[in-house]
Amino acid sequence: MIQTDLLIIGAGPTGLFSVFEAGLLKMRCHLIDSLPQPGGQLTEIYPKKPIYDIPGFPIVNAGELVDNLMEQIKPFNPGFTLGESATTIHKDNHGQFIVTTDKGTTHRAPSVAIAGGLGVFTPRRPPIENLTNFEQKGVEYIIRDPDMYRDKKVVISGGGDSALDWTIYLADIATEVSLVHRRTSFRGHLDSVDKVMALANAGKVNLITNAEVKEVSGSNFLESVTVHSKDGSTQKIECDHWLPLFGLTPTLGPIGDWGLTIEKNSIVVDNSLDYQTNIEGIYAIGDVNTYPGKLKLILCGFHEGTIMVQSAFKRAYPDKKLSFKYTTVMGGVGSLE
Amino acid sequence: MSADINITVIDREGQQHNLIAPTDMNMNLMEVCKSHELPVKGTCGGMAMCASCHCYIESAHVLKNPSEDEEDMLDQAFFVENKSRLGCQIFMSSDLEGLLVTLAPESD
Repeated sequence: MIQTDLLIIGAGPTGLFSVFEAGLLKMRCHLIDSLPQPGGQLTEIYPKKPIYDIPGFPIVNAGELVDNLMEQIKPFNPGFTLGESATTIHKDNHGQFIVTTDKGTTHRAPSVAIAGGLGVFTPRRPPIENLTNFEQKGVEYIIRDPDMYRDKKVVISGGGDSALDWTIYLADIATEVSLVHRRTSFRGHLDSVDKVMALANAGKVNLITNAEVKEVSGSNFLESVTVHSKDGSTQKIECDHWLPLFGLTPTLGPIGDWGLTIEKNSIVVDNSLDYQTNIEGIYAIGDVNTYPGKLKLILCGFHEGTIMVQSAFKRAYPDKKLSFKYTTVMGGVGSLE
Repeated sequence: MSADINITVIDREGQQHNLIAPTDMNMNLMEVCKSHELPVKGTCGGMAMCASCHCYIESAHVLKNPSEDEEDMLDQAFFVENKSRLGCQIFMSSDLEGLLVTLAPESD
């Protein structure tokens, strides 16, 4: 069990900066994020995009901002549970929250701050009616063990780097690889596109463009997919696996079932005080919350996190007096072991 | 001052919404829909990075060709047709008077 002073769900910019503000008050933080790396949307959706409204930075790339935040919170030595999503929450006999992830990791803290942004990033699932019947029975959205495709027939869908990279990789180990894509051009690295084209010309990859997989079938395990082309023709491809690689999309996920007041997919908080939710000790900050006049901006998330930690401090150390100090006066930010 | 234009949006339940859109505020179709509280998420804020504003252009208006970014995002969307566009990439201008669009089905 991981014990901390403040458990932060979501390691995007808001969650990361809250570690800094909590650190100034000598509070320990631990972050949980469903993605394998910190940064949230900034890393996952737009790492190369410039941001122009971070105070003091006329321009900063999203990825660079995350790197800087990681550098800034380093002295406070936060813990991370990455690649796992928070699924359940309950209070123990001592009034502390116990948060458990989908992989069974448990965390304990007097306060929980949900900085979940848009929610949990999950693979985009094609709208095929009986698809769920074959999930993990031939249909996989994430490749966990490439060796399971050895000597198998594999169909891959998608036009990005992930689809291209796996096509190249699996061409060597699978018996047959087909790549199905909606149009003729790909959005991946040019080098990967060239490699896939070369493999297709050499007959090592069956490249099907201007087409989409629209049907899946099999008795128990996946046996075939049916590809519909733009010209109206269809073809059935026998296969052991279909890998639909259409990227990730965020959903609020299990947090939606925690008994929090939700309005339009966002968590309602008290913005006049400390960004606490309807459950005492659970806060919501950044893009995931809502209140009158809410703006979904990184800088607003920074502010909300700063206010929130003052309240969380009182829950973690009810007997201690809190005195606010400027970092300039402190002559440094201190550190935590 | 530029005039407002009239556009029509058909939501996912088939309900028709006649909207008035300003052409002098650099607004895109996703933002116009959101400001009228239509069920368009606009998750990425208009960077052509989420496809939650995927729609079909039903009228004969000739729009600017989609950018490479928009095409790339449509690759990851579902229910994509020849008339598919991302609302966030369609900016309100006087030549769009009478535009008719349908919101594409949501996936997941």
